[in-house]
Amino acid sequence: MQTSAPPTRVRAKQRLGDVLFSGAALAAGIMILVALAAVTIFLIAQSLPALVADPADVSKDGRGFWTYVGPLVFGTVWAAALALLFALPLSIGIALFISHYAPRRVAVTLGYIVDLLAAVPSVVFGLWGITVLAPAMQPVYSGLVDTLGWIPLFAGPVSGTGRTVLTVAIVLAVMILPIITALAREVFLQTPRLHEEAALALGATRWEMIRMAVLPFGRPGLISATMLGLGRALGETMAVAMVLSPSVIISFALLTSQNPTTIAANIALNFPEASGIGVNVLIATGLILFLITLLVNSLARFIINRRKEFSGAN
Amino acid sequence: MTTLVSNHAAARKLTRGAIWSLLGLSVLLAFGFFSLLLLSGATTDFNIVGAIVLAVVIYVVLSFVVSRIVEGRRKSNDRLATALVTSAFVIALLPLISLVYTSVSKGLNRFDADFFNSSMRNVVGQGGGGLHAIIGTLEITAAATVISVPIGIMTAIYLVEYGKGRLSRSITTLIDVMTGIPSIVAGLFAFALFAIVFGPGIRFGIGGAVALSLLMIPVVVRSTEEMLKIVPNELREASLALGVPKWATVVKVVIPTAIGGIITGVMIAISRIIGETAPLLIIAGMSTSMNYNLFSDRMATLPVFVYTQYSNQGADAQAYLDRAWTGSLVLILIVMVLNILARILSKVLAPKGSR
Repeated sequence: MQTSAPPTRVRAKQRLGDVLFSGAALAAGIMILVALAAVTIFLIAQSLPALVADPADVSKDGRGFWTYVGPLVFGTVWAAALALLFALPLSIGIALFISHYAPRRVAVTLGYIVDLLAAVPSVVFGLWGITVLAPAMQPVYSGLVDTLGWIPLFAGPVSGTGRTVLTVAIVLAVMILPIITALAREVFLQTPRLHEEAALALGATRWEMIRMAVLPFGRPGLISATMLGLGRALGETMAVAMVLSPSVIISFALLTSQNPTTIAANIALNFPEASGIGVNVLIATGLILFLITLLVNSLARFIINRRKEFSGAN
Repeated sequence: MTTLVSNHAAARKLTRGAIWSLLGLSVLLAFGFFSLLLLSGATTDFNIVGAIVLAVVIYVVLSFVVSRIVEGRRKSNDRLATALVTSAFVIALLPLISLVYTSVSKGLNRFDADFFNSSMRNVVGQGGGGLHAIIGTLEITAAATVISVPIGIMTAIYLVEYGKGRLSRSITTLIDVMTGIPSIVAGLFAFALFAIVFGPGIRFGIGGAVALSLLMIPVVVRSTEEMLKIVPNELREASLALGVPKWATVVKVVIPTAIGGIITGVMIAISRIIGETAPLLIIAGMSTSMNYNLFSDRMATLPVFVYTQYSNQGADAQAYLDRAWTGSLVLILIVMVLNILARILSKVLAPKGSR
């Protein structure tokens, strides 16, 4: 007498191994949450003393934390923006060269070569910047100041060592070049083949095809690649710390020996000797740097994610 | 009648030969100009970078103008774009070549046995080496790897095999956030953490490892996640259908299939953090003596060694500079070896059969 009992859900046997393993996986995931929460909490906890401290203790001129951090924020953004100005056109050019100009066979190798730049540690870039690049650029800088000194950007007096914000920007540009290039290359390679062939079939030259099919398709990806490169340039420490001869000013002049320094470089240079409230002040500037990069990176992610919804092009 | 050349003229198209001769002409002009400068005594030695840049500029302008005259606006714009794109690549190679050349040529000065078997203890001026820094770098990196790899791989397993809903989405977002943490902020975090426990002024190796693992975990998670995602679902289903528990499926089927990619990802992550300077400067500090103990006292590392050798030059500056360059050469070599090893391993361990 087989009764057709209502089908009961068969519950899988709870195995000890499964419980332990999924538990471990979950724990690792939660560890990430805890780690980031810890980063935020500890940084804020160590920053608070600086924010509430007597302005006279914070900086030598006694005008408080925000006056201290203002020029640093300016320097950070200014150096990173300059670096981006150099790196972006070059990266787009290199990415296009690898994706659309170089022969297929060579292209992969060329990609490796550019990736090699990304593997060089930042301290080596710093060393190179100060011993090779800065002396090499110094004559160019004096020439610029002599001929174009009437433009505020190139105002004199020229730095005698070449350790200026422009040199820093060039080093930073070389450092973020591979990041932007790698992303831009991927984006360009994703251009629908049919779009390209349609453009070529209509008689477009290669450049017209790139302008009409590749660049419009890749624009959102390019923007986010730029943002990620910017985020990297903002947080870069050693190259700036080693190359720049720093001072606490807000100035747009590129070639003088009075250069606005960056938050990261300022921390690296002053932390080993800092004590007491000085440590808290430096950590607070680090917190501000964290917030700036967070903002830039989130913007990049936002653009990438928004693009995902629209990528019906393929 | 018409020859080949006039055919091209009729089609108003520059021949390949014409383009190459334009390039040759511009190289000749540029190098000639700088040779003249050299001969006239205006410069002391031949400025090769200047010559290359000038040659590129002359070529871009020349090919644009000639093409504009012969071929018209659209073709000339195309040639201009090609020339600019190619020269962007050439210009990007200049710093790479210069950097590799200087590190090798200056680094070889002290690339001797002494560098690899002595520390900087009691060394002023000539001599000394970076053994203490190499040991420190290896220990701290190993510790960071030991911390990050289990967490990173398990997190990736969670995200791919188990995670759904809000928690997994927020972990993914936070991994993105972690990727963007500036390295110096990671150092500050490790300092803030340990300063609360051990008091301000704390400097030790394990703090550096914690800071580095904060930078390493997101890289490991990202690459492992990508690798686990491309393991075909059929494999998982076949294993589960045979009654294998899920954990054993993951451990015995999914991970072995993806192991090549996972190891490559870990190696790339290591090569990324091994050159980090800023966090170690803050939390691991610098010392001139050997220190094998991660848990006490300042610990030297190669990047910090390079930095301090440069920034605290003694009376005999050249000795310090030489050591700095040798340190960076060793660092570059380690990173290169790691990268090459990663590529080889990913080839060797790639899943067999399916492709």
